[in-house]
Amino acid sequence: MQLNKKLRIGVLAATMTVPTGAALADDLPSREEMWKVIQAQQAQISELSRKLTNTEEKVEATGEAVETIAASGSTATPGWWQRTSIGGYGELHYNGGKTDRIDFHRFVLFFGHEFNEDVRFFSEVELEHSVAGEGQQGEVELEQAFLEFDLGEYHALRAGVQLIPVGILNETHEPPTFYGVERNQVETNIIPTTWWEAGVGISGELGEGFSYDLMYHSGLEVPTTGGNAFRIRSGRQKVANADARDGATTGRLSWTGLAGVEVAATVQYQEDLTQGSAQETPAVLIEGHIDAQRAFGPGTIGFRALGAVWDLDSTAATVLGRDEQYGWYVEPSYRFGTDWGDLGFFAQYAEWDNAAGDSTDSVFSQTRVGANFWPTPDTVFKLDYQFDDAPTAASEDNRLNIGLGYQF
Amino acid sequence: MRVTLGFISLWVVSILPAQSAEVFQEPNVFLSEVFANSVPDPSFLWLKGEIKEAARNVLRRDAGVLRQRYWHADGRTAWILDEIGKTQPITTGISIRNGEVERVQILIYRESHGWEVRYPFFTDQFRGMTLRQENELSSRVDGISGATLSVRAITKLVRLALLYDAFVQQEQ
Repeated sequence: MQLNKKLRIGVLAATMTVPTGAALADDLPSREEMWKVIQAQQAQISELSRKLTNTEEKVEATGEAVETIAASGSTATPGWWQRTSIGGYGELHYNGGKTDRIDFHRFVLFFGHEFNEDVRFFSEVELEHSVAGEGQQGEVELEQAFLEFDLGEYHALRAGVQLIPVGILNETHEPPTFYGVERNQVETNIIPTTWWEAGVGISGELGEGFSYDLMYHSGLEVPTTGGNAFRIRSGRQKVANADARDGATTGRLSWTGLAGVEVAATVQYQEDLTQGSAQETPAVLIEGHIDAQRAFGPGTIGFRALGAVWDLDSTAATVLGRDEQYGWYVEPSYRFGTDWGDLGFFAQYAEWDNAAGDSTDSVFSQTRVGANFWPTPDTVFKLDYQFDDAPTAASEDNRLNIGLGYQF
Repeated sequence: MRVTLGFISLWVVSILPAQSAEVFQEPNVFLSEVFANSVPDPSFLWLKGEIKEAARNVLRRDAGVLRQRYWHADGRTAWILDEIGKTQPITTGISIRNGEVERVQILIYRESHGWEVRYPFFTDQFRGMTLRQENELSSRVDGISGATLSVRAITKLVRLALLYDAFVQQEQ
């Protein structure tokens, strides 16, 4: 009895655990079935490949269509507003020391318009010291307003109110383009920057990196009496109902044949700086400068040097020592990139004299050291300290200056 | 006075016939020079995803095209790109070899100022430059006073060409 039971259990167990060869063969599909599956998958792959190629062709065609539409859209004649541009610059200044002032020194707007490929208009309107009007600190001025006509490929003609082609800052004085909160005293007092007149000018390329500017324009009108008699800066008429008896001619030759370097010289002649007074005063200005910025090490080394001299030819001017007025400055600098923007350090030494013709000491000099920080190329924070040396201590103001500027 | 007038009229006559022709080199001539007369068929780089974002960071604006045409042979890529200087686009040809700038050629210059950037004394300095981190150029660019915006535009295009070239090489 026990043996039968064990035998039955054993057989039952055996049949339940190990499948036989025949049972194994039954679970997998047959070789023929597998071949059918492979063929079906192959057909699916071919179908997918065909669809993929088809999709790629559609995408290519879509791309071409989009580009065609974009191109045709842009060849439609643009409205006048698409050919008009607006720009500007501005600067806020804090002057410490004896001056102790804070002032939005300049707020400038540029408006330009392209009439066609060869004719354009450009203008500059400026508000100085925030509030203009009778008894107010500021002024509203029209500094530029001219039409420019291209003459061929290399020359252009300008007519209207323009900046005189002289100096470094006279034409390029947006705050991010120079070091020091205030503009340098040499160009301010001697050139005199910013100097604009009404007239006609031609300019162009001469080859080998040379270019020229030639302008015939309204002239300065210096006072003949008072403390500012024959002082150059006091002669700016700003084309405001200006006396047009005596115009002036200015010529400049520039060389920019090396990337980062500009060398230029300007000569100007006016037949009578007094515009027909009894003290007729022919005057000549000669100015030369170098403005260089070259990559050096991790940053850019900068160097500016400028010299300018006026020669006034009249007894009235000579008597006051104003027959010769000159100025010069040198400015080395270094600018490099940081994680938050560019940082630059500078030093400047400037010397000028508005009455160099006599033996009385009237030489001014100013040394400045400081830094500019540009969070973006068109925005700038400025800091500088100036050391003055003037003929009288009352005119000296050793002080800290802080500035903020932008351009677009 | 008569001599001055005569000189002026001679000068006027000599410059008038020349129209404001702004094409300094035809794009197909540029390509022939870059590929030694065997210019390959153009390929297209689709500006999507990562590359679209990187291009926008370099240009500080959307690239404005769906795909960028380029020419590719022997590890060298050539690009013809446009960027506005002050008010007009500057068409520039740039060739890159082994991740380095090989040539920068101003093809069509339409601005009224900043003429210096058209010349080799300005464009030659880009030769050998590569792209560093943050997609900046490996050396500082010596600018041209009075042509700051044109200089900036061309610098952006050189960075863009190096960026596109890197993506093309990656896809290979």
